[in-house]
Amino acid sequence: MRNKFKDIPYSSKSPSPLGKIDGALIPILAQVSDPEIPVLSILDMGVVRSAKIVNGEVLIKITPTYSGCPAMDVIADDIKLALKQAGFESKITLVLSPAWTTDWITEKGKQALENYGIAAPLEANADKEALLEGEKLVKCTNCGSKNTTLVSQFGSTACKALFKCEDCQEPFDYFKCLK
Amino acid sequence: MKENLYNYILGIADNCLILGQRLGELCGHGPSLETDIGCTNIALDLLGQVRSYYQYAAQVEGAGKTEDDIAMLRPERGYFNTLLVEQPNTDFAYIMARQFLFDAYHYMFLQELKNSKDETLAAIANKSIKEVSYHLRFSTDWIIRLGDGTEESHERMQAAVNSLWTYTDELFHQTEADKVMISQGVGVETANLKEAYYGKVSEVLEKATLSVPESKYFQKGGKQGIHTEHMGYLLADMQYMQRAYPNMEW
Ligand SMILES: [Zn+2]
Repeated sequence: MRNKFKDIPYSSKSPSPLGKIDGALIPILAQVSDPEIPVLSILDMGVVRSAKIVNGEVLIKITPTYSGCPAMDVIADDIKLALKQAGFESKITLVLSPAWTTDWITEKGKQALENYGIAAPLEANADKEALLEGEKLVKCTNCGSKNTTLVSQFGSTACKALFKCEDCQEPFDYFKCLK
Repeated sequence: MKENLYNYILGIADNCLILGQRLGELCGHGPSLETDIGCTNIALDLLGQVRSYYQYAAQVEGAGKTEDDIAMLRPERGYFNTLLVEQPNTDFAYIMARQFLFDAYHYMFLQELKNSKDETLAAIANKSIKEVSYHLRFSTDWIIRLGDGTEESHERMQAAVNSLWTYTDELFHQTEADKVMISQGVGVETANLKEAYYGKVSEVLEKATLSVPESKYFQKGGKQGIHTEHMGYLLADMQYMQRAYPNMEW
């Protein structure tokens, strides 16, 4: 899937590693964030696949993180509003393919998640390992200990799992790896 | 041709809708906070997937319907989901057994649908399978925890598996629309999945110290619109608002 995408050129200014975004729109789109994770802009989350200005109108493609994510409708409305305030009419298309992956979250985005108290996604098996009592990989966002256990595969939203730290006893969210 | 594609999409989507509705019934009623959230998150994923399928179905049909019309306004005979997913939430063992027996199939099915010649179906499959891998992990874990748990949990999980087993064969049943779509490289040849499915299911049941049912008596009908008595109640609940207040939105 992702190989296909590599052939498509994208703006070097784009903070989203795979998105193709018109430079003039970046500061506007950077103001829009996931309503459930306000510290993460939609650009750092990697949901904006392309955005360009055509005859004064902004054509923008976004990809859902999870199929049923209720935040997507809010995000689409917020994008429209932000662009409107900047003087642009816009048309938003939801694209399913290529499917969103946590690999598209930028380094800056991952850091923002950690600072916010959500452990950033690791490799695909990190929470599976935890479940099967394999190697402990997920780090506590409170004290940094890796002595953590999975409480529930599904946390406060579909994209997060619930973990508990065995050292400081804090529960915390882990942003599940989606590949 | 188009009618076959339309019916084929509904066959896939209706499983997600009806199972999503069943799981949605647990919202606020799950046996523990974590399982409540888990089940409703799975419901949300399934309903999200359904939206993509129904939007596509509406486009294929070209009659100006919306995803909501397709979801909410069909009579019982117009739903093509398998009988398995409409079975009631008898207890948590039933809920997890139903989930596991479906997830194992759903995962293998999507794995193949990713290669469909129909680009939209392939895209939906690519998106959905990532979510379904989590569903399967969740239900597999619960089969093992309850099967290999206490005497009581073992007994109840075995009873649930025995009771729902009769609905598993239908997952592989092919309607006329299925056959046409398979011949065109759009649909999934489910006959090729059967052995792997029962292999995977047996492996998990054995790990859970449960016995694999030997019954060869299987029920079918859902894929033709002939449902069990539970379906009418489910639809009455699900469609109530749209029937009572047509076109209402919130
Ligand atoms: Zn800690």
